[in-house]
Amino acid sequence: MDMHLMKAQPSDIERAALDAVEALEIPGVSGAELRRSLVLPALHALNDAVGWITPGGLEELCERLDIAPAVAYGVASFYGLFSTQPLPGVAVHVCDDVVCATLGSETLCQEIEEALGPEGSPPDGVAATWFRSPCLGQCDRGPAALVAVAGSDPPCRSHAPAEPAGLLGAVRVAVSSRETHGVAGPVPARREVAPVAGSVIPGAAELTSEAWPPAAGPAGTASPAAGPAGTGPPAAGPPVARIIARVGRVDPGSLDSYRAQGGYAALRRAVWLGPGGVLAELERSRLLGRGGAAFPTGAKWAAVAREPARPHFVVANADESEPGTFKDRLLMEGDPFALVEALTIAGYATGSELGFVYVRGEYPLATARLEDAIGQARARGLLGGDVGGHGFAFDIHVRRGAGAYVCGEETALFNSIEGFRGEPRNKPPYPTTVGLFDKPTAVNNVETLCNVLQVIALGAEAYADIGTQTSSGTRLFCVSGAVSRPGVYEEPFGVTVAEVIDHAGGTSDGQAPRAVLLGGAAGAFIGPEDLDQRLSFESARHAGLSLGSGALIVFGHDADLPSALVRIARFFRDESCGQCVPCRVGTVRQHELLERLAQGAPLGSSEADLVRLDEIAAVMRDASICGLGQAAASAAGSALARLGVFDGGST
Amino acid sequence: MIVEAQPAPQPPLRPPHPRIPEPPRRVQVSLQIDGRHVAVDEGSTILDACRSLGIDTPTLCWAPNLTPVNVCRVCVVEVEGSRALVPSCSRPVSDGMVVFTDSERVRLSRRMVLELLMSSVDVSRAPDLLAYAERYHARSDAFGARTPYGEPGSRDLARPGQSRSVPAGAAAAIVGPVKVDNELYVRDYERCILCYRCVEACGEDAQNTFAIAVAGRGFDARISTELAVSLPESACVYCGNCVAVCPTGALMAASEYSMREAGTWDESRQSATETICTYCGVGCPLVLHVQDSRIVKATSPVDSPVTHGNLCIKGRFGFEFVQALPGGR
Ligand SMILES: Cc1cc2nc3c(=O)[nH]c(=O)nc-3n(C[C@H](O)[C@H](O)[C@H](O)COP(=O)(O)O)c2cc1C
Ligand code: SF4
Ligand code: SF4
Ligand code: SF4
Ligand code: FES
Ligand code: FES
Repeated sequence: MDMHLMKAQPSDIERAALDAVEALEIPGVSGAELRRSLVLPALHALNDAVGWITPGGLEELCERLDIAPAVAYGVASFYGLFSTQPLPGVAVHVCDDVVCATLGSETLCQEIEEALGPEGSPPDGVAATWFRSPCLGQCDRGPAALVAVAGSDPPCRSHAPAEPAGLLGAVRVAVSSRETHGVAGPVPARREVAPVAGSVIPGAAELTSEAWPPAAGPAGTASPAAGPAGTGPPAAGPPVARIIARVGRVDPGSLDSYRAQGGYAALRRAVWLGPGGVLAELERSRLLGRGGAAFPTGAKWAAVAREPARPHFVVANADESEPGTFKDRLLMEGDPFALVEALTIAGYATGSELGFVYVRGEYPLATARLEDAIGQARARGLLGGDVGGHGFAFDIHVRRGAGAYVCGEETALFNSIEGFRGEPRNKPPYPTTVGLFDKPTAVNNVETLCNVLQVIALGAEAYADIGTQTSSGTRLFCVSGAVSRPGVYEEPFGVTVAEVIDHAGGTSDGQAPRAVLLGGAAGAFIGPEDLDQRLSFESARHAGLSLGSGALIVFGHDADLPSALVRIARFFRDESCGQCVPCRVGTVRQHELLERLAQGAPLGSSEADLVRLDEIAAVMRDASICGLGQAAASAAGSALARLGVFDGGST
Repeated sequence: MIVEAQPAPQPPLRPPHPRIPEPPRRVQVSLQIDGRHVAVDEGSTILDACRSLGIDTPTLCWAPNLTPVNVCRVCVVEVEGSRALVPSCSRPVSDGMVVFTDSERVRLSRRMVLELLMSSVDVSRAPDLLAYAERYHARSDAFGARTPYGEPGSRDLARPGQSRSVPAGAAAAIVGPVKVDNELYVRDYERCILCYRCVEACGEDAQNTFAIAVAGRGFDARISTELAVSLPESACVYCGNCVAVCPTGALMAASEYSMREAGTWDESRQSATETICTYCGVGCPLVLHVQDSRIVKATSPVDSPVTHGNLCIKGRFGFEFVQALPGGR
């Protein structure tokens, strides 16, 4: 390769940041491939250190990892949280996605713009900037924002609910702290963990998301966002709390606390069952994946286990970026050891010595808690060469995403970890044969993995008795929008939409909702007459719906649905990886058409525009490479068909 | 962080597209395409099978000398039992497969792919694409007037995930400017359909230089050098292999570009002469395209076992090389 370098120099801060990137061992991966897998962590290191990726920093990275500059630039410019253009050290990402839009994000954006200037271009003398952001996974307490501060640890912090004065105050503190400490100066970390207390603590409104324990309702609910109104018991608490049982009750920073509440019993039983026993148990439990595709977990693990190619890998997909979804964050923030234990069992059953957790970059608290939990497990021998003295090796690496919804698609996620652009691969071959580093890989959603603990702990039969015939177990629903108590609600499959809304305290105005968006932006709308829709994989499929990520976004009776559709269309346009034509251009044309329809200014007639929309939907669904493009027209299509948005010409 | 001194092989630009392992020859697979039975070697693609039956299947990103990236989706076909359509250029055949290449769904998707491309880039120098457009009745104005998406040059500064809006009633279209930063070839990305061919040719599939890559995301995804620096500042060695594979004229030898701009390019007056490049001992087969007794372009046959269509700066641009050296390199 002809190394033609840009001759820009890195600063000492950037050099030090790259020095600190850990060279990790990955079985079966060496040389160029191993170096390449450090691209994403190294880009994070640079961006975290100075707030953007400078030419000098990029060049140093290329030299150290022996990678062509054009290639590294291609990767760096793929991610929304990275900037390859100069930015001040403080960047605010304000969520203006569907839920936050109903909670005042526009006012927030306006006030931030007034203080910090136009998006991405701060006026002279302003040492902070801001951007609009897709859903930050804090919809239960929106409007949400994320403040990234160069040189601080953790590199970014969530603010939810964010109001202009508080947010700008935090920005001022960050700016002055950077000024007093110098560019690299540490911003005092604020990771206090409250002592273990009862399950509900008063004054929860003052809690930041980083305090523990979160306010939790009684069995079945867990909403760390619960404000004063949310601290009381919900009117109709659902009957189950299995997956989130420990959230709010266990100290997420203590392995002992986890063990005292039943932690690591599942691993002991798994070892007693043996790998084959675990696989059999899983198959009999009929556990289906909670990541969206509802794939049988037992079959997936068994497929990986019997692949002759070695090594095998397991991956926890914690990229959770589907608008309206925040359950995996809750699980990782509230009960991080559960994911560690579950992934350990996955490694044991599939014959993998290494697991990865790919956490979205916008989840600093979940990342910190998870890393802490992994460290404690390692220190106590529950990860490492001889896990718990059971005679098998397993360890976990955490990888941070950097602002790309598409990286939740399993093959894009592999590419991202491997240091390539997060572009999905063409399937087949499937990950169980050709996955991470082209090796057999079992990738699962965080909630799916937490369910594995239940299967092993309860036994397959008892587990399968919960829920319905086809959909065993419970499901976490992320209820947000126009309800009294937004949060994560654990329900047995088969519950109706109306019941879930009821458990969340009913609609905030007491009136029937205008619509419910089931499954997030990639999901579909249902109308007020369909609130008795049962929520199980089979009932949803029967009704042409999908439970998707478990998001349930409730739109009040006076909701502005055309605007919501336009925002969803913009989401897909912004998040398309750009690889294939149907999605790269189709999402743009869809956005333009919906914008025109919403403004009552169709190109020809609205009828003609609706036909065009249909045709775009067809090619995106039929000819796109991955699920992003395939689902990009789903919400709009369902709103047109079921809710009659845009019926009768211009709205 | 690992810092190893010894040079290591450059990892591929994109992960190698995992493929079914090469089978022993002569294992035959039989399938049905549009009601006709056909047997082809195992490991063949649906496209190969279609071609063996004389079914003309459109392709844009596929090229005989490159690994399939299956991104344009114009070659999609319907395969029984598959929920979505399938890219024929990369999907290997399997026994008993039932394929439809001309169903309503297939025709709609192909037309839409073409209309979407025509709504966003200038395809006037993309002869294949124009022929497909005619075949599938694709209209170039199906989404309103092509309207520049941002100021010229702004695309190189686009932030991932931050779309800008265009005036109502218009279709956002890729905007230039035409990049003329060396004397050998011109980059006019207003014509680029992002087929990845040039990236593959510059990288793992031929040149191994990795001077260009796809940067950005979504509609702002673009072919770029690092930080969009000019070609003379980049790693480019002017082999022109990217130019040779570009299906849209987005990359074009400067000689051809200026003749086209001047209106003097006329393929009907051109003849092609096969010869051997004399610059070095490799002996690459060369095709010299001559118009009005002047060499206007040099290519190498794609089916040449020596070059697979690739050349180096001397063979590709040598007829001009003597007159104009790029930026003193
Ligand atoms: C665009 C896109 C985004 C996705 N995002 C996620 C995600 O954030 N988390 C997740 O678990 N699965 C996500 N998926 C689904 C994964 O590809 C994969 O099916 C899932 O992780 C498998 O886990 P499961 O079997 O436990 O459901 C996404 C899929 C697509 C197409
Ligand atoms: S469907 Fe969209 S996100 Fe998926 S590969 Fe194609 S362009 Fe990328
Ligand atoms: S001329 Fe050769 S080296 Fe330069 S960009 Fe094209 S393929 Fe790469
Ligand atoms: S420049 Fe040409 S070869 Fe390269 S991606 Fe664009 S159209 Fe394809
Ligand atoms: S955090 Fe704003 S919509 Fe989810
Ligand atoms: S030719 Fe098959 S996808 Fe482009």
